[in-house]
Amino acid sequence: MSSLEVIVGSLALRNPIMLASGVMDETAGSLIRVARSGAGAVVTKSIGSEPRKGYPGPTLVELDDGYINAMGLPNPGIEAFAAEMHDARSSPVPVIGSIFGSSPKEFSFLASKMQDYGAAAVELNLSCPHAKGYGMEIGVDPEMVSAVVKEVRSACSLPVFAKLTPNTHRLMDVAKAVEAAGGDAVVAINTVKAMAISAEIRRPILSNKGGGLSGPAIKPIGLRCVYDLHAEVNIPIIGVGGVENWRDAVEYIMAGASAVQVGSGVGRVGLEVFESICTGMRAFMEREGFATVSQMVGVAHE
Amino acid sequence: MSKLRIVTITSVTKEAAGVTTLRFHDETEARPGQFYMIWMPNVDDIPMSISYNTVEKGITVKEVGDATRALCKLKVQDRIGVRGPFGNGFKIPKGKVLIAGGGTGMASLLPAAEGIGDPGRVDVLIGAKTASELLLLERARRSSNEVHISTDDGSMGKKGTVVEMVQKHLESKRYDIVLGCGPERMLSSLLKVCDKASVECQLSLERYMKCGVGLCGSCVIDGVRVCTEGPVFSSAELRKMKEFGSSKRDECGCAVKL
Repeated sequence: MSSLEVIVGSLALRNPIMLASGVMDETAGSLIRVARSGAGAVVTKSIGSEPRKGYPGPTLVELDDGYINAMGLPNPGIEAFAAEMHDARSSPVPVIGSIFGSSPKEFSFLASKMQDYGAAAVELNLSCPHAKGYGMEIGVDPEMVSAVVKEVRSACSLPVFAKLTPNTHRLMDVAKAVEAAGGDAVVAINTVKAMAISAEIRRPILSNKGGGLSGPAIKPIGLRCVYDLHAEVNIPIIGVGGVENWRDAVEYIMAGASAVQVGSGVGRVGLEVFESICTGMRAFMEREGFATVSQMVGVAHE
Repeated sequence: MSKLRIVTITSVTKEAAGVTTLRFHDETEARPGQFYMIWMPNVDDIPMSISYNTVEKGITVKEVGDATRALCKLKVQDRIGVRGPFGNGFKIPKGKVLIAGGGTGMASLLPAAEGIGDPGRVDVLIGAKTASELLLLERARRSSNEVHISTDDGSMGKKGTVVEMVQKHLESKRYDIVLGCGPERMLSSLLKVCDKASVECQLSLERYMKCGVGLCGSCVIDGVRVCTEGPVFSSAELRKMKEFGSSKRDECGCAVKL
């Protein structure tokens, strides 16, 4: 029987289908629920130094093939999040702490807190497209990214994943900077800058006006990024963007991803998305003669 | 159809002090107990229970914050955005139904009473702080032969809480289900009263919501999403929730005591 177990950097996962940051992951109860629904790992909401309310509504627009969101990085702040991480220890799978900061120092402070809290790895949010001073404002500059990864690397011993934005022509330079600075994996992609306008109301729908597009609409963009990244870096790639069935996941893995993350799929398909991807992927692997997931990684390049 | 559409307000009715019903045309089918996400351009996007469940849908808004205050100022011909209907709604079994509403909780319960369509099958108990805050009484009387009122200060109906009235009714009559909506402390004691009388209940909960579609996790209680798996929960589901009746999450996701 084919095995879904994978190792991403030094992190061993029962399957390669992870929960993406920002979805059902602000509380221990949510993280454990998703873990029990079959995810191979869960990533927390991006946590900053202070509590943040995020933007007023609307923060989400539903489209036929995805969502546009601008939540505004709402989170309870790193101090209050200690309680959630404590309660999330009963998660059957690794809990990865996503963090966002405006400087290398802030990132390393948050990373060492996540380490204290028992996170299995940290994911650096270098890619949120709608929060001033954070996310992709930092993540499109290879030098800044290098400084952040180095500082985090020296402040904690956890695997360091860098979540990258597709909203730049410098994605390859940024990924190489992550690798050179000692990052353990890159996560690609975060949402694509987007907007929705109401004709009747005559203005953008999101309160922040601009937002990020996710879901099946961005799968081809994510696949291309992962394919290109696989040719450029030697550290593992975690593929994200529009994964909601086994075929999507297999395509990302063949493009070069060692694991994938599911975000919008939780809303569009439901929490059963993790199990259904795993079941479908295992059946595919058996049909096609793949004994392990790693045998599929990057085969589209051969 | 849960995507955003823009609707025009067709009527505005003052129900009580600080409480306004807005009606608009929306042919989407909804079940009693479901809700819309209502977009007030330039203000916010908030969940509102459906209080009139015909093609002329309605929401009944109590002024509590910026968005609800803005909604209550709307006039006929103004436009708002609606998404939904979202959530599960009430699942009404055969037999005798007892409806218990506190404050604006009545707004999401009346469509259930009207949906049953048999005034002999539904008893309605309405609670309010004081007579001037009592809501939707005439409408309740059209869908139920037996409507009772309680006010905290005794200014109308029985002096006391709606939960005390429920307790008396459960002692003297047989009901197959209790449907409840109101402040969570009231619901928490309502569950206890129903459990003691061994009568099943379905209670509609309220939580801070952002997306409405089960993605963001803002509205979870013990990992359960109020927006998609609720807002109506059964006795068995409620008994398992540690946060029910004790804490909720603020906009940042911090736990706060109720």
